[in-house]
Amino acid sequence: MNAVLNRRGFLRTGAAAAGGLVVGFYIPEHTKASAGLVADSKLNAWVHVSSDDKVTLFIHKAEMGQGTVTSLSMLLAEELECDWARIHTEFPGISREYGANQGVVGSQSIRSSFNTLRQAGASAREMLIQAAAQKWGVDKSQCRAENSMVINTATNARLSYGSLADAAALLPTPTGVALKTPAQYKIIGKSKKRLDTPSKTDGSATFGIDVRMPGLLYAVIERCPVFGGKVVEFDASKAKAVPGVKNVVQVSTGVAVVAENTWAAMEGRRKLTVKFDEGAVAAFSTPGITQSFIDAVAPGGGVSMRKDGDAAAALAGAAKKLDAVYQTPYLAHAPMEPLNCTAWVKADSCEIWASTQGQSTARAVGARITGLPPEKVQVYTEYMGGGFGRRAREDYMGEAVEISKTIGGPVKLTWTREDDMQHDAYRPASYCKFSGGLDADGWPSVWTTAIACTAFSGNATAVEGIHNGPYTLANFQVDYHNINPGIPVSYWRSVGYSQNVFFGESFVDEMAHAGGKDPVELRRRLLAKSPRVLAALELAAEKAGWAKPLTAGHALGVSVANNIGSNTAQIAEVSVTNGKLKIHRVVCAVDCGQVVNPAGVAQQIESGITFGLSAALKGGITIRNGRVEQNNFYDYDVVRIDEMPKVEVYLVPSELAPGGMGEASTPGIAPAVCNAIFAATGKRIRTLPIRAEDLA
Amino acid sequence: MPAVKFTLNGKPQSVEAVSAMPLLWVLRDTLGMTGTKFGCGMSLCGACTVHIDGQPVRSCVTPVSAVAGKKVTTIEGLSTERSHPIQLAWIEEDVPQCGYCQSGQIMTAAALLAKTGNPTDADIDEAMRNNICRCGTYEEIRKAIHRAADIQRAGGAR
Repeated sequence: MNAVLNRRGFLRTGAAAAGGLVVGFYIPEHTKASAGLVADSKLNAWVHVSSDDKVTLFIHKAEMGQGTVTSLSMLLAEELECDWARIHTEFPGISREYGANQGVVGSQSIRSSFNTLRQAGASAREMLIQAAAQKWGVDKSQCRAENSMVINTATNARLSYGSLADAAALLPTPTGVALKTPAQYKIIGKSKKRLDTPSKTDGSATFGIDVRMPGLLYAVIERCPVFGGKVVEFDASKAKAVPGVKNVVQVSTGVAVVAENTWAAMEGRRKLTVKFDEGAVAAFSTPGITQSFIDAVAPGGGVSMRKDGDAAAALAGAAKKLDAVYQTPYLAHAPMEPLNCTAWVKADSCEIWASTQGQSTARAVGARITGLPPEKVQVYTEYMGGGFGRRAREDYMGEAVEISKTIGGPVKLTWTREDDMQHDAYRPASYCKFSGGLDADGWPSVWTTAIACTAFSGNATAVEGIHNGPYTLANFQVDYHNINPGIPVSYWRSVGYSQNVFFGESFVDEMAHAGGKDPVELRRRLLAKSPRVLAALELAAEKAGWAKPLTAGHALGVSVANNIGSNTAQIAEVSVTNGKLKIHRVVCAVDCGQVVNPAGVAQQIESGITFGLSAALKGGITIRNGRVEQNNFYDYDVVRIDEMPKVEVYLVPSELAPGGMGEASTPGIAPAVCNAIFAATGKRIRTLPIRAEDLA
Repeated sequence: MPAVKFTLNGKPQSVEAVSAMPLLWVLRDTLGMTGTKFGCGMSLCGACTVHIDGQPVRSCVTPVSAVAGKKVTTIEGLSTERSHPIQLAWIEEDVPQCGYCQSGQIMTAAALLAKTGNPTDADIDEAMRNNICRCGTYEEIRKAIHRAADIQRAGGAR
């Protein structure tokens, strides 16, 4: 029996038996008949129709909660004219048909698929219509498609998609099929329930960590607690004596304990003795890192990221000047599903089962470690229990491939929560120094920014949200200092916007109050050249009742953001009683262009706010002698149900190209809350997370 | 290795395991019941919640020896065909996003509903505040618990 049939063997039967959505392993076309399944006809890379009228949509992206399975299905179904109640979805393998780089980063799924998938749905529909026209011997203009049927408009005869699929699959793929106009949409723009919900309420949804197969062993890795440290030597004798431990092997990141189950591997790891060379990063701790940021910014200069007008002259001539320093810490991603990966390296193949944001990355790392050509590396996309940027990295997948290559069998590597906290690639810590100048009427005339932060993927990730922000000032300057102490940093939901929108929107608020201006009114003035952000601001202000009377003790704070092609405005309503902050309500107005699934947008806005709120209220990774000091959710806490404000989402109607949604609302919540705290108490929060002493 | 005997989702179960091995890993790795999730290993996040004799318990810190002779219910055994009022309400309110924490949320909520037929918001806060969701489904969870109480009162209860 080949590996494909083995995969069927460990594919959970519950998902299929329960009906509805089947998300499972891709079974290559030629094996399906031998596996006893109803044969599919492939109309294109995204659409298969089987003779029993089952329509299978292949979702080439991955699902980490952001709703891609549902929203991409909507794009396909809109043009395919299939019966929504009877669609099935699967994650396919990697194929050039799906683009050069398969993955889910930068809130790109809808943006990069909007035209492609509608076109795929339309061309499949046209093939089915053509097949029906040929069967009836009529012109295809006499046929239309609806609800997985082709209808002969002259005779009202009907043929099901399933009965046409074989013939349709033999037809050439039409190109340039005219797509619907927004007025013709039946699915796009109307809320759909998530296709993955049922399987996520009975335990049948299969995440990466749930992958099982015959002969599978389980591994954990002991890594150097200091970033960049190396194994010098280790003694595995006590670990190997633990019942269930099968093997102990060195990998490039540490020492792996392989066992019959995850618990035995963890027990074995506790018995390991490993001597590490800690390396250069052991010299760094948070206070010193912060001081290096301060020292970098103090003399001025840096890399110029934006220079409009003459800031120095404008500051010298300003009627009123203000300065402020803001800081944010390193942050861990902490997705609920700890990192894990299952790999099986054989002489001529490598299979990787992963909850990953980077399917192509998985293939590349598999090929690099095994030396196999990329096409010999098969990647199976599993549901992710959260990603937030963390699962775009290859480290955990490379480790699993290394272990499997060494032991010569299938292995599931699982990271503990402590591994996750201490070996992340973090949202970088940042330090930001602002100067602002107001004219004689109290309006801002000049704004300068100096930021010290660790760059990755170019300097823009350190300053985005400021240097490319929505505001227009005659004199506007942004300078950047790249300081790299060796703490790994990477993409974290909304990337540089996550800290810079807090910095910028707080300082704009400071400038408004310094000049005696209403914070919304001041933003209106600065947003003259950002009409979409302005429209979101107006909608949020209207819905939140800005400038209307509030409950005694309550206050409002506002923020705006434009990231990932979307425009948002948030207004938070808070009270601070005896030093205790309560966030009562958050209004978020969004212009994200053409909305695909309004319910999905509302979910993502709420989700992004929850994520940003955890960072604002609780998050903070600190470094001591090159090690992360936090361990688990007891010292890296997140927002709980009783701390969650009510979130109201309002959409600005638009037919413009869709924007991203997964990261749209994360940046704006911290400044909206902190600006509301200032309005309530006169206390200005300039360092996150907000501490109790800041409010006392 | 001693065999531990208990009732799992209504059926007798015997498993050979180190007595200190947490129930979580017995369920997931030994028995292949992966609906119960690993999140923290320290009883901090609630993803591993199961019912032992009807009470919500964190399986990640419960040694398998502690369930000898007891009735263990996991997400897979909460109902047939997702018919528990909590599951019905979860689907109606479209609660999950990534879904990873939801087995634990559902098991915790089901235990709340068994004890408190008409929970207030304060009851929900108290029962659910130790179940972490990183996606931010909290308001949907709250709505779904209220809805489940309605379903249960209307006779949708088991």
